[in-house]
Amino acid sequence: MSDIAERVKKIVVDHLGVEESKVTENASFIDDLGADSLDTVELVMAFEEEFGCEIPDDAAEKILTVKDAIDFIQSNSAS
Amino acid sequence: MFDLTGKCALVTGASGGIGAAIAKALHAQGATVALSGTRVAALEALAAGMGGERVVVTPGNLSDAAATEQLARDAEAALGGRIDILVNNAGLTRDQLAMRMKDEDWQQVLDVNLTAAFRLSRAVLRGMMKRRFGRIIAITSIVGVTGNPGQTNYAASKAGLIGMSKALAAEVASRNITVNCVAPGFITTAMTDALNADQKDKLLSAIPAGRMGEPAEIAAGVVYLASDEAAYITGQTLHVNGGMAMI
Repeated sequence: MSDIAERVKKIVVDHLGVEESKVTENASFIDDLGADSLDTVELVMAFEEEFGCEIPDDAAEKILTVKDAIDFIQSNSAS
Repeated sequence: MFDLTGKCALVTGASGGIGAAIAKALHAQGATVALSGTRVAALEALAAGMGGERVVVTPGNLSDAAATEQLARDAEAALGGRIDILVNNAGLTRDQLAMRMKDEDWQQVLDVNLTAAFRLSRAVLRGMMKRRFGRIIAITSIVGVTGNPGQTNYAASKAGLIGMSKALAAEVASRNITVNCVAPGFITTAMTDALNADQKDKLLSAIPAGRMGEPAEIAAGVVYLASDEAAYITGQTLHVNGGMAMI
């Protein structure tokens, strides 16, 4: 597992208070991990901070699963 | 009770009568206050009158979108990186009968009174969400609830603040951020000083308390809603009007 994937998963675990085993790459924040729409906004804020990147609103709307987040950050991150 | 020590507040329209009273009251409870408005000299004088400590001046033109976003950034920086309390107080009137009202008079009032309040609220929410604390307070008006001839634009903007605050309150309540309104009735300010004696007499007869309100009486409501004690109050409008309208 890449470093980015680990850091993304850690943020999700910390923020949503879910068990690490549930945070699989295909897990949907809302359907599988119990996030509400405001949680998803906060997750995006946390990703931006962790990875020093800006996630525009139209991209943020497409980040629905753990894998979506990892993919976006891998192709856009400075760190 | 109502201690605001360590809290940072941005007050728009702080050079006006009610805005200045709000700024002073928050400051007196221990908050650090950023004063915004367009009249820089008046803001500087107010800051000096407040002793110059725990107070900063951050001017801004709320009719301009970019300047409004910039104000949020300036105020946050001047307050040491945080805005805990946002008081959307700035407002203007362009009174005219609806049949004679120009589009620009409608739009300017909506832009400054309502749209700027939304933009500032949106801008401060990020930090408030992270810190799990926030107080957003809009100064609306009795007119936004009762209506008033000659003020279709003003009444719409003030009613809009109430609706906006309720929707936003529902969005962010789980993050310990409250969003409320204070609705003044007739308060002694430059806006109401312009009335003649006849108009004032007529007004007073409609106010059960038999007098106009003071800016400090509006500020006291703001202090309460900003305090930790008001944590369970959100999406509400506190009417401060001497009984003129009981809603």
